[in-house]
Amino acid sequence: MNYIPTIGLEVHAELSTKTKIYCGCENKFGAEVNTKVCPVCSGMPGTLPVLNRKVVEYCCKMGLAIGARINQLSKQDRKNYYYPDLPKAYQISQFDIPLCEGGSVPILVNGEEKRIGVTRIHIEEDAGKLLHDDKFSGSLVDYNRCGVPLIEIVSEPDMHSSEEAKEYLEAIKRLLQYLDISDCRMQEGSIRCDVNVSLAPEGSDALGTRAEMKNVNSFSGAVRAIEYEIRRQTELLERGETVVQETRRWDDMAGQSFSMRSKEDAQDYRYFPEPDLAVIEVSDEEIARIRGALPELPHDRFMRYRALGELTDYECGMLVGNLAMAEFFDRCTALERVKPKAVCNWLLGDISRILNERGSELSDAALTPENLCAMIALIEKGTISNTAAKTVLEVIFDEDRAPEAVVEEKGLAQNNDEGAMRTLVCEILDANEKSVSDYKGGKTNALGFLVGQCMRASKGKGNPQIISKLLTEELSKR
Amino acid sequence: MELYRMTAEELSALLEKKELSAAELTKAQFERIHAVEPDVQSYITLTEEEALRRAAEIDRRRSEGEQLSKLAGIPIGIKDNLCTKGVRTTCASKMLGNFEPVYSATAVEKLEDAGLVMTGKLNMDEFAMGSSTENSAFQKTKNPRDLTRVPGGSSGGSAAAVAAGECTFALGSDTGGSIRQPAGFCGVVGFKPTYGTVSRYGLVAFASSLDQIGPLARSVKDAALLCDLITGRDPRDTTSVPGDGSNYYGSLNPEMKGKVLGLPKEFFGEGISDEVKSAVLAAAKVYEGLGATVKEVSVPLIDYSLPTYYILSSAEASSNLARYDGVKYGFRAAEFDGLVDMYNRTRSEGFGSEVKRRIMLGTYVLSSGYYDAYYKRAQKVQRLLRQSFDEVFAGCDALITPTSPTTAFKLGEKLSDSMQMYLTDICTVSINIAGLPAMSLPCGRDKEGLPIGLQLIGNRFCDQTIFDVGAAFEAEFGRLDVAL
Repeated sequence: MNYIPTIGLEVHAELSTKTKIYCGCENKFGAEVNTKVCPVCSGMPGTLPVLNRKVVEYCCKMGLAIGARINQLSKQDRKNYYYPDLPKAYQISQFDIPLCEGGSVPILVNGEEKRIGVTRIHIEEDAGKLLHDDKFSGSLVDYNRCGVPLIEIVSEPDMHSSEEAKEYLEAIKRLLQYLDISDCRMQEGSIRCDVNVSLAPEGSDALGTRAEMKNVNSFSGAVRAIEYEIRRQTELLERGETVVQETRRWDDMAGQSFSMRSKEDAQDYRYFPEPDLAVIEVSDEEIARIRGALPELPHDRFMRYRALGELTDYECGMLVGNLAMAEFFDRCTALERVKPKAVCNWLLGDISRILNERGSELSDAALTPENLCAMIALIEKGTISNTAAKTVLEVIFDEDRAPEAVVEEKGLAQNNDEGAMRTLVCEILDANEKSVSDYKGGKTNALGFLVGQCMRASKGKGNPQIISKLLTEELSKR
Repeated sequence: MELYRMTAEELSALLEKKELSAAELTKAQFERIHAVEPDVQSYITLTEEEALRRAAEIDRRRSEGEQLSKLAGIPIGIKDNLCTKGVRTTCASKMLGNFEPVYSATAVEKLEDAGLVMTGKLNMDEFAMGSSTENSAFQKTKNPRDLTRVPGGSSGGSAAAVAAGECTFALGSDTGGSIRQPAGFCGVVGFKPTYGTVSRYGLVAFASSLDQIGPLARSVKDAALLCDLITGRDPRDTTSVPGDGSNYYGSLNPEMKGKVLGLPKEFFGEGISDEVKSAVLAAAKVYEGLGATVKEVSVPLIDYSLPTYYILSSAEASSNLARYDGVKYGFRAAEFDGLVDMYNRTRSEGFGSEVKRRIMLGTYVLSSGYYDAYYKRAQKVQRLLRQSFDEVFAGCDALITPTSPTTAFKLGEKLSDSMQMYLTDICTVSINIAGLPAMSLPCGRDKEGLPIGLQLIGNRFCDQTIFDVGAAFEAEFGRLDVAL
C-alpha cells in the first residue's frame, strides 16, 4: 500500500533583541559561561519578570508578515517542569491565548505556489544549557541562554514530504532574516524545531497516528528525521503493526529517533496564568506601525524577480535567499544600465565565488552597484572581454573605483580595430598552414586554436568576436 | 519611659531634637532583645553589629547637618521572607537555611535609603504557610501576651517582636491574613495594603497574585509612616500599580462624621467566639459615637473564600516553590542516586510537612483533568467575590469585622488539625482574593486578657480611608502597651 505522510512543524527561533525577555541581561551568544546572568534570569528567590516589549514587537512582525491575526489581549502562562537548565522550574510561555493566530507561509513546490497554514505564534523564554566536563564527574549548567527570547511558530499539518518541510523551513528562515528579528545562526541552535509525522493510506481522509520528534537542531536534520520517521512508520504499518502516539528524541549523529515517552505518560506541564505579569496589550496604533514598517517579503521578491522574465526560478531563489545580495541586485537593476540577467550572473558567479573564498559578506565589500553595472556595460560595449572583466572585478571589489579607470590603468581595453586585426589574422594564418588545411579539411575545431593564437599575438587585447569573424572571412578566401 | 515602649513617631521626635542618638537607641533596642528573646524567640537572625554600624553612620550624618528622613535611626525588624543582601534569608525553611541573597528587596532598599536600622530577620511559618508560626523549621515564637500561646502567623515573629518591644515596628507579608491575624493575636496594628501598591520584588513568593508586604506597628500612625516609605511603583514589579507613593501619615483625617461603615453579616456567623463578636460590635458603637453611620451589609460568596484561597494560593505555591530543587542554592540532600532522586530527596528533606501538603494540593488542582474543576472555578469565584465587594463598597467607606474567629490559641493546639488551623483565617483570606486593603488593630481583650483584633476593610486603593478609620478608633480606644 502507498502511504501519504502528513507533517507539522513547531519552529523555535531565538530573537535578536539586545536584552533578554524578562530582565536587562545582554542577549548574547558565546559569552563566557554564566556571565550574562542576573538574579531574575537565574531564578533567585523573590525576583520577578519584566516583559521586554521588543519581544512583543518582533513576534507581531512575524505574525503580520504571514497574515496572522494579532490577539490584542494575550496572556503569559507558566509551563511547569523540572530540569537543571530551567532555574525557576517553569518556563514562561503562552498557553491558550498566543500573541498571533492563523496566517500562512507560501512555499514553491515544483514551481507552484502552496501555502502552509500557521496555527499560532507565541513568545516564550529559552532555557539554559547543560555542559559536561571531563574534569568533573557531574553535569555543569550555563544559564547565559536562560531568558533569551524565543518565538514558537506552530504550523498546520499541511506538508506531505520532506521536501515541502524543507521549503517551509527555508521560507521561515528567510522571513526571520528579512524581518531582521533573528540571527538565524543554525549551527548555534538559534532555530530549532519539533517535527510531527503521521502516515495515512493513499486516498484516506483520516490522518494516521502521529509521532513527535524533539531535539531537531538543523534543517538538514529535520529532513533526515522526517525521512527516517516515514520509513519507520511505513515499516510498522506494512508489518501490520500500529504506530504509537509518542514523543521521540532525534539523534542526528545516529540518524535515528528513540522513544522518549508515550501519550499515557505524557508530561503534565500544569499550565496556569503567570501571576507575575500583566496581560499583554497591543494597540491598533502599534499594529499599524509594525505593519507599515514591514519590508518587502521574500516570497513577494521572488515573484517580482520571476516576473522580470529573464531569471530562472533557481536564480530567483538564490538571490532571494541572500538578503544582502537581493538588495544589491535591486540597486543594480534600479540603475537600468545593464540587463538584470547579467547582474544576476555576476552576483551568483564570480562575486559569490570571491565571497565564499574569503568567507565574507557582500556588505563588507567595497563593491558598489554603480561600479558593477559600469563594468558590465563595458563588456556589453565590447570595451573589455569577460576575462578582462574578472580582473576588473578583483579591483573594484575592494576599492570604490570607476571600472573605466581600472581598464585604463591596467591596459585591459580590447582592440576593436578591424584593420589592424586583419593584418594580425593574416600573419597567424600564414604561420599556421597545417591548421588552415585542417580547417579546410573539415576539422572546424582548428578555428579555436587559431583564435587562441591570435589572442596571444594581441596580448589578450583583441576582441575575440572580431578575431573570430575575421578568421572565418580570411579562411574562406584561402 | 523605656525606649522600647515608644512609637516611631515619639522616637523620631527625640532623634530629630538630638535628645537621643541612633546609637543609644540601637544599643537599648538590643538590650531589650537580649532580655526577652529567650522567652519570645521572634528572631531567626540578629544583625546587631551591622545595626550599630548603621546607627553610628546615621548619627554622623545627622551631626553633619544632613537632612534625614523622619524614620532615620529607628530600629526595624524584617520578616525572613524579604531578601536582604548578604544577610541570610531563610523563609524559616531548612531549604533556605544557608541562603544569602545577592540583592535586597525593593521594600528593604527603601528602608535602607531612609536610614532605618535593621535589627534582624523575623521568624515566620515556613514560606509564609501557616497561621501560628509553628511551621518554622527553626524555632517556635511565643505570643508575648501569653507565652503558652502562639503569636499567630505567618508573620508571627514580626507581630511578637513589635508586641514585645524587640523592634519599633516591622515588615511582614500577607497572603491570606499573615499580617493581620498575628497582629490581632499579639495586640498590635497590622496593615495589608491594596495589592500592587507595594512592590513585591524581593519578597520570596508564596502566592504571587495574593502576596503583599505591609507594616506591623504599635500604632496606626507608625503603620502609616512605615507604609509611606515602601509604597510606590517599582519598575521591577510589573504588578505594582502606577504612582509615586503615598502620604497616609500626612493625610490622616480621623473625622468620622459622614463615614458609612458596614458590618458584613457573614463575618459574624458560626465559629466566631462570642467575646470576639461583642468586642467588634462594641467597636462599631464607638464609631457611631464618633458620628459614623454603621449598617449591616452582606458579602455573599464569603463562604467560598477559604476553598478558593487554598486552591489559588496552593496552585501558585506549587509552581513558585518548584525552584528549590537543590541545583542552584540552598539545601541539597547529602546522598542521592541520579538527578530525579536528588530532586526527590532534596525536596522531601528540605521542606516541612505543611509546605509539602500545599505543594501537593497545588500540583493536584493544576493537573490536567482537574484544572477546570478547581483552578478555573476558583478564578471564577475570585471574580464574583470582587464584584460583590465592589457592590458593598458602592454604599460603604469601610467594613468592620473580626480579624480572627478567636483570640490566640495554645501552642500545639491546632498543629495536628490542618482544617482547624485553616479556619483561623476565615475572616482574612477573602480580602487577599479581592486585593483589598485591610488593617487589624486591637479593640479589646478577652476574659483571659488576650487581645482581640478588629479588622477594617477598604475598597481597592482606598488605603487612606483605612488609616483614617483606624486612627479614629485608636484615638478613642487607645493602644496596648508593650508586653513583658
